Amino acid sequence: MARAAVPGRLNRGASWRVAQLVESREETGTARTLVLEVPDWPGHTPGQHVDVRLTAPDGYRAERSYSIASAAAGNRIELTVQRVPDGEVSPYLIDVFSVGDPVEIRGPVGGWFVWRSADPAPVLLVAGGSGIVPLMAMVRARRAAGSRVPFRLIYSVRTPRDAYFADELRQRARDDGGLDVSYVYTRETPDGWPSAAHRIGVADVNSHGWPAELEPTCFVCGPTGFVETVADILVALGHDSRRVKTERFGPTGG
Amino acid sequence: MADQDYTDGNMLAGPMRELFAVDLTAATGRCANCGLTGPIAQMRVYQHAPGLVARCPGCEEVVMRLVRTPTSAWLDLRGAVFVQVPMPAESPASW
Repeated sequence: MARAAVPGRLNRGASWRVAQLVESREETGTARTLVLEVPDWPGHTPGQHVDVRLTAPDGYRAERSYSIASAAAGNRIELTVQRVPDGEVSPYLIDVFSVGDPVEIRGPVGGWFVWRSADPAPVLLVAGGSGIVPLMAMVRARRAAGSRVPFRLIYSVRTPRDAYFADELRQRARDDGGLDVSYVYTRETPDGWPSAAHRIGVADVNSHGWPAELEPTCFVCGPTGFVETVADILVALGHDSRRVKTERFGPTGG
Repeated sequence: MADQDYTDGNMLAGPMRELFAVDLTAATGRCANCGLTGPIAQMRVYQHAPGLVARCPGCEEVVMRLVRTPTSAWLDLRGAVFVQVPMPAESPASW
């Protein structure tokens, strides 16, 4: 096999391997978490992603990138996949892909949009919709490492029903010292919510983020327009653009 | 939304990993057109062209283009003055 011809250390993440679905659970009405068993998984850094490749019986192939949602743990990784209407890949992964089925993946890849637990800088996470996924991996890795690095998460979702990992985030904000979680609702708020539904703005980032003087590392992930808005706000608030790391999902996908 | 019809250089990690032994998204590149220097991860990547087209986030000129065929990969780097890859003097013995 080609894999044996290249030193494994250098080849890390380069080749396709077959993973198997071992568990699937509903996250929201439009998203599922897929638990994959990957033989010889080398581990990953939170924020990294995998490429998933599907091959149709006629040989047609489709490839998509999915952020890893889980902290590193043995040979299992979790992907939380949002259904993209008319998508080529996500409807298959959500509706058809069943426990026991194989799928080709490549990874882990990506070494820039990652949080390393040895970095002592405070962290601001800003998620738009399914952009929470790689940021959740960071929250989980922080917990797994027993890190005391202060984290703040601002999570923008359409309605309370659209929030991924809501129960776990509630629990982590309570139990993991130094993690603050705040929400911005763009279409519908919970009962008694203090502000009306709105898109994220300067006041949200200013109130729930870190002052620029603390030089936090900022990770912003979501749809392209959301990411650009938030990155612009952070820079306008005085954050060094080199400390603002972004990952865009783009307008389509799936 | 046509002007936002792109993702970013983070998605190049997998395709570039097929070509190179290192992670290229954390590498720094300089745009040959405007001189902007920054991480490859922050380029604008258009996927609806044949292959992957990465444009400078500052001036939108094409910095690199990657086209995969069944038998080869074409990497066009004409829009980059350089690509600087973080690399320690000595690799650690193990992960």
